[in-house]
Amino acid sequence: MITAERKPLDEILALVGDKKKVLVAGCDTCVAICLTGGEKEAEILASELRIKAQQEATGAEVEHTAAIRQCEWEYLDMIADKVGEADIVVSMACGIGIQSMAEKFSPKIVVPAVNTNMLGMPQEHAVWLERCGACGDCVIGETAGICPVVRCSKSLMNGPCGGSHDGLCEVTGPEKEEIECAWALIWERLKEQGREDLMIKNRAPKKWNLSSSGGPRKMVREEAKPV
Amino acid sequence: MADADVKTPVAEGGEAAPEAAEEAPKKQVDPDFEPEIIVFACHYCAYAAADLAGSMRLQYPSNIRMIKLPCTGKLEVIHLLKAIEAGADGVYAAGCLEGECHYLKGNLWARKRVTHVKDLLAEVGIEPERVEMYNMSSAMGAKFAEVATEFTERIKALGPNPVKRAGVDAHAAAREALGGAAMPDDPAPSAATSEEGHAE
Repeated sequence: MITAERKPLDEILALVGDKKKVLVAGCDTCVAICLTGGEKEAEILASELRIKAQQEATGAEVEHTAAIRQCEWEYLDMIADKVGEADIVVSMACGIGIQSMAEKFSPKIVVPAVNTNMLGMPQEHAVWLERCGACGDCVIGETAGICPVVRCSKSLMNGPCGGSHDGLCEVTGPEKEEIECAWALIWERLKEQGREDLMIKNRAPKKWNLSSSGGPRKMVREEAKPV
Repeated sequence: MADADVKTPVAEGGEAAPEAAEEAPKKQVDPDFEPEIIVFACHYCAYAAADLAGSMRLQYPSNIRMIKLPCTGKLEVIHLLKAIEAGADGVYAAGCLEGECHYLKGNLWARKRVTHVKDLLAEVGIEPERVEMYNMSSAMGAKFAEVATEFTERIKALGPNPVKRAGVDAHAAAREALGGAAMPDDPAPSAATSEEGHAE
């Protein structure tokens, strides 16, 4: 799923500025599942903004709502009335949802309350791990179902590098946490699968033009387009 | 898996945060200030402890107003925030002793949520000490009175909630935020009816 983390309140307050009618809009799909931007979290942020507004006597009115999915036009119709009444919308959806809102309700100002951070999986309750970089040219069929693009710190296609020690990467995470070496994981699983030969296969450079470095991507399914 | 979750709150200790007293802002204490304090009390422990405190004729401040819950695990972040938003000067959850929750871990969840609300309040500029989590058993009537007294003193020292609004009943707002999760209060025993009430 797409995961996101809430921005610090000060940053949100700076984006809202002196607008008087504020609508906090949650999205009840991915960001609700990662406990960041669903209706529940929208209600909490709205309450925080109201407490702040009351304390500073700004006179701002803050309400909250949630769309089932902010990234689809049909669901945005369902919250159009509330959006219409607001001076500014603080969206708690992922970057896709926020942009859909900004486009659908233009010129309404829509600002983000979250930082969209990854395509992750819940490893356990309340812990998410990055699993996909949406690179557009999937290689995991040859890497034992482990993505070297996002799980190798250097996105190496022919790993491991010399920085792999005892299954750990020489790079540590932002909180100095250990990172597993993706290529060590790949090697271990390839051995389990009896496919060690794939480890020594030389992989040609990937088609990075299919990734975001090739400009914004577009997907069209002609056979599925309405007639 | 959940063990790590369980240990953290236990290690933090169940009593009033000692740093609260140190961090309390140096305000002029208004001797006439009577804070409005909401207590989210677990049906299995704190609510019964309050009953016991009453039976024991223990004195505790009349500033506290209770809302009975089936378990403090029912309490969510928004319920605590809404109480503060509605102008409650202080809010605390009173759940079972750690390890003795009727629903196993409800009180541990409540402690985590209270801790989170402290962070949210700090973020909006409200003293985090206005919310707290306490643990007690149904047999601890004296502890109930002690906690009520201690917390009331803490809030008196902090002064009124800066977002207090005239005419807003924080207790009613907190109860409304909980919706069906709040349990009805037990009927108050009066001199005339207490015998019958207990007989039921």
